[in-house]
Amino acid sequence: MSTDPGTPPPGFLLADGPPAGLGSSRRRFGLGERGLRGLAASAAVVPLIALAAVLGVLIYKALPAMRYNGLGFFTRLAWSEGNTYGGISHAGGVTHPVGATYGGLSLVLGTLMSSAIALVIAVPLSVGAALAIVEKLPTRLSRSLGFFLELLAGIPSVVFGLWGVITFGPILSRDVTPFIARVLPNVPVLSWFKGNVGAGEGLLTSGIVLAIMVVPIIAATTRDLLRQVPVLPKEGARALGMSDWEVTRRVSLRWVGAGIIGASVLGLARALGETMAVAMVSGAILGTIPTNIYATFTTIAATIVSQLDSALTDSTGLAVSTLAEAALVIMVITLLANIGARVLVRRVSTAGLPVGRGI
Amino acid sequence: MTSASRAGTKGVEVGGGAGANGTSGSGAGEGGGGGSAGGPAGVVLPPLPPLHAPPSLRRRVANATAWGLCALALALVIAPAVWVVGGVLARAIPHWHWSVLTTDGAQVSKTLPAGGLEGAILGTLVIMAGVTVLAGTVGILSGIHLAEHTKPKRGALMRGASEVLAGIPSIVLGYVGYLALVVGLHWGFSLGAALIVLSVLVVPYMARTTESALRQVPTSYREGAEALGMPSSYALRRIVLRSALPGIMTGILVSLAIAIGETAPLLYTANYNDALPGLALTHQGVPYLTYAVWTFYNLPSSASVELSYDAALLLIVLVLILIIVARVIVSLTQRNAETNTGR
Repeated sequence: MSTDPGTPPPGFLLADGPPAGLGSSRRRFGLGERGLRGLAASAAVVPLIALAAVLGVLIYKALPAMRYNGLGFFTRLAWSEGNTYGGISHAGGVTHPVGATYGGLSLVLGTLMSSAIALVIAVPLSVGAALAIVEKLPTRLSRSLGFFLELLAGIPSVVFGLWGVITFGPILSRDVTPFIARVLPNVPVLSWFKGNVGAGEGLLTSGIVLAIMVVPIIAATTRDLLRQVPVLPKEGARALGMSDWEVTRRVSLRWVGAGIIGASVLGLARALGETMAVAMVSGAILGTIPTNIYATFTTIAATIVSQLDSALTDSTGLAVSTLAEAALVIMVITLLANIGARVLVRRVSTAGLPVGRGI
Repeated sequence: MTSASRAGTKGVEVGGGAGANGTSGSGAGEGGGGGSAGGPAGVVLPPLPPLHAPPSLRRRVANATAWGLCALALALVIAPAVWVVGGVLARAIPHWHWSVLTTDGAQVSKTLPAGGLEGAILGTLVIMAGVTVLAGTVGILSGIHLAEHTKPKRGALMRGASEVLAGIPSIVLGYVGYLALVVGLHWGFSLGAALIVLSVLVVPYMARTTESALRQVPTSYREGAEALGMPSSYALRRIVLRSALPGIMTGILVSLAIAIGETAPLLYTANYNDALPGLALTHQGVPYLTYAVWTFYNLPSSASVELSYDAALLLIVLVLILIIVARVIVSLTQRNAETNTGR
């Protein structure tokens, strides 16, 4: 129990130095030990290598498209592979079919708009639910709700897509949205909710489905942050006569404020990169800008899934390269969101954010 | 006397508290009452007044409204999930045939409507096994390195890379797998490409859970092992890894739940295959359940839509099993840990 390693406790006979096999075992590695250490060290750099490989492959493959599309990629609407049955020409060192134009504007807009709708719905719901779970519910119930959130995060996104496209979308467009579109006045902002409500595939449906998918991430992270708020400030506030809600609003929520923003940005990153559910409920329409909240659209991620088959018909490889450029764009956007979220959460909590897809 | 003087100070405190509260008229009166209650010794004290004045109506309404909205939010979080799962169950169960499990999918894309999900189920199981072997090895070794061997600074770099990798959308990983493995290395749509991409997807998660499981092993275990003269590799194998095993197992199970729910990266690497899955690593597509959901709902026959729902049901059941087993492992070992410390 001696705290000073230099002086052995009484009754412990040491001739000179620690006995062989005690202190020295740390440095005496057998062959197996060294092998295990080497293996473990090389396994630990796998994520680093994978990250470098992903970036390298994407940039290398996207280079021809970047040269051909230029910055106009972000301002153009039209998306066409050109004449893929002949008529190949060269421009700026890139071989391309005649008439190929790629504009990513509608994809970028669709990605941002659907994710924004998802966040507007998901953040208040998640924070409210997390507050109820942490502050009001008994421990046993809140534990089983935690399990429920975990399960919700584990449901495959194709299942959400299936539900959205066959069950939820049609109900929404038949029973809910026509009423909303009829009742709301034609003033700015609200006029976005007017017009043709479509058949259930579009921005609003995608936004709602995405919201359901990101709620577990935001709610679980917010819940964990709220649990870390120390008890003393809360008790102090209560002793000053604050009501339950005032304590929560003025102490707990302020304590974890930046963390909630971080959790929301993490949810945003998930929504931006979500592919399958959006591909199923967006209507997958390329090259248009939505005119109301029910309009069909597409996102960057959904386009990569839906366009590969036709991209393969382009013998010059420009279409495949353009999809690589789109992948690079969505990767950079989600990486920035992820890093920002982690920085924000680290400021309020040592726990950090969950790694993995929200489970 | 002592008790009376304590009551007296309490009374003064109460008065101060109510005064600080100060918003409502009744506060002052109660404060006065509290002060007089702490009077002469030996008198039976009346029950102490509440610590603070009842909040004004406006604040009570605000309180009730806010918590009501929170309860509503909770309900709105729970309801859609129940709707999604319930909706799938309601569509899948009435048409459920056990033959779906044993009929292969060969006819599905050729002659509608027929076929089952045997190939997709086996393919999903093969993918699960492969990911367990590949990502399990890399993830656990990487977690061991991060928890046991590395210096903090270098560890932070690797951990950062892991977190960044986990944030990349799965479709991007799938597309890179397609460009690099399927086309670049001429593997074709194949099990090998699918396993590598899925493993890259879940390795960050496995490394993270392994690392935190190892860090939760009490230091005294390591010290004890070292005091007995065990070489650190032996101690790691026999003592530390053994007590971290439940945590590591949980990480693997949840990673598998993530992996089998993925579609986007598999479309580009495993593609699909009507035949039963083989074990060839290259040049042979692999069928899997999420593909069945993604494709069959769009085919023009009610039987194939039913098959899509069957696949969704099987996926939900599989994920449920994995997550529940993980939960059970966690709660069992937590109970053990509690009884151990109790002794």
